[in-house]
Amino acid sequence: MVTFEVEDHDGNRQSIEAPDDMGLSLMEVLKASEYPVLATCGGMALCATCHVEVLDGQDGLGEATDIELDQLETLPELFPTSRLACQIRISEALEGAIFKLRGEEN
Amino acid sequence: MITTDICIIGAGPVGLFTVFEAGLLKMRCHLVDALPQVGGQLSEIYPQKPIYDIPGYPEVKAQELVDNLMKQIEPFNPTFTLGERVDHLTKQDDGSFVLTTSDKTKIHAQVIVIAGGLGCFEPRKPVLENLENFEGKGITYMVKDPEQFRDKKVILAGGGDSALDWTIFLADVAEKVTLVHRNETFRGAPDSAAKVFDLANNGKIDLILSSNLTKISGNGHLQSVTMKNKAKEEIVVDTDYLIPLFGLSPKLGPIADWGLNIDKNAIEVDTTDYSTNVERIYAVGDINTYENKLKLILCGFHEAALMCHSAFKYVYPDQKLSFKYTTVNGVNAF
Repeated sequence: MVTFEVEDHDGNRQSIEAPDDMGLSLMEVLKASEYPVLATCGGMALCATCHVEVLDGQDGLGEATDIELDQLETLPELFPTSRLACQIRISEALEGAIFKLRGEEN
Repeated sequence: MITTDICIIGAGPVGLFTVFEAGLLKMRCHLVDALPQVGGQLSEIYPQKPIYDIPGYPEVKAQELVDNLMKQIEPFNPTFTLGERVDHLTKQDDGSFVLTTSDKTKIHAQVIVIAGGLGCFEPRKPVLENLENFEGKGITYMVKDPEQFRDKKVILAGGGDSALDWTIFLADVAEKVTLVHRNETFRGAPDSAAKVFDLANNGKIDLILSSNLTKISGNGHLQSVTMKNKAKEEIVVDTDYLIPLFGLSPKLGPIADWGLNIDKNAIEVDTTDYSTNVERIYAVGDINTYENKLKLILCGFHEAALMCHSAFKYVYPDQKLSFKYTTVNGVNAF
């Protein structure tokens, strides 16, 4: 299990515990945790509706792929540590990370 | 006024298949979609992606499925209003509805089927103060009629294919075209990016890179746009139009105001026939919700079949519905 924090659109932070051995993405965990994430494309990095800003812990996440960067580029508002939650795998690298929801609310 | 038996809001895969199931029962359909083409998110977002869970297709590309659905419903001659959003419903004395779209198209239907997926795909908007005040008064999110921009000053914002393509196109139409992009390079098609840089080098357009939109100003109509570059220097450009091109995102839109029971942006339905709490309005596919709902295309197909059998009583109140198999009766066009 890995524990990280999620900050919602209103600035409320909550600690989330998720299994790191099931191949889940951060987007899937956010949806399962009932956060208002649209995830229109279902996790193919094709819609950018699961946009998150990594407030802490970006070093362990690896580089964004070209397809992810292409989608992020379409957003009107982008941050230096913007990522798509669907492209972040739940692993021990997320321990202690903090993510802020930036995508359109469902 | 367009007259039909069933008006389907949403021309995604489930909306399209609804035409087939309705057609088998001799019910005519008219489809309305805010997107300019059919197929919903399959065509808009992932046309070339394979889908693996459509019965009978070990693998089918999203656009191929849409094309096949269009072929399948051809015998039933559905009609379409595309690029328009249904804004209003008016219930008639006989129980039927008149729907009015964003472009004032009116459709009279006995039954409404909402197959809107995640809602209407609407443009993503930049975070700018007073943005709404200038919408339709200099700010537009799509190029419907390029002639609107002839001999005008136009600023486009964005770095994707749409921004590049329209910059290239409008360079020959508008008096002055300025493209604003937050980065130094474009992630859109390399050919298009090269053309845009050529146009800028030849003085045909102005290219403002590494800059973000920060302010819009005007007096009743947009007059200027302010941008800030990475050095925090402000650039003010006079303009007649600003076209922000930051992609599309689904929103529930006016559906939320039609008196339907809604839970977390999905319409609650009765699973016996996928009817809503408003008589003669049904909801199928990703836009509905019920216990154990699965947002799968194949589930939407099943919902469409049941829903059509229920809707029959409104279209043919004096007739008894007799269930028939296509293998026995074929598909009788009309």
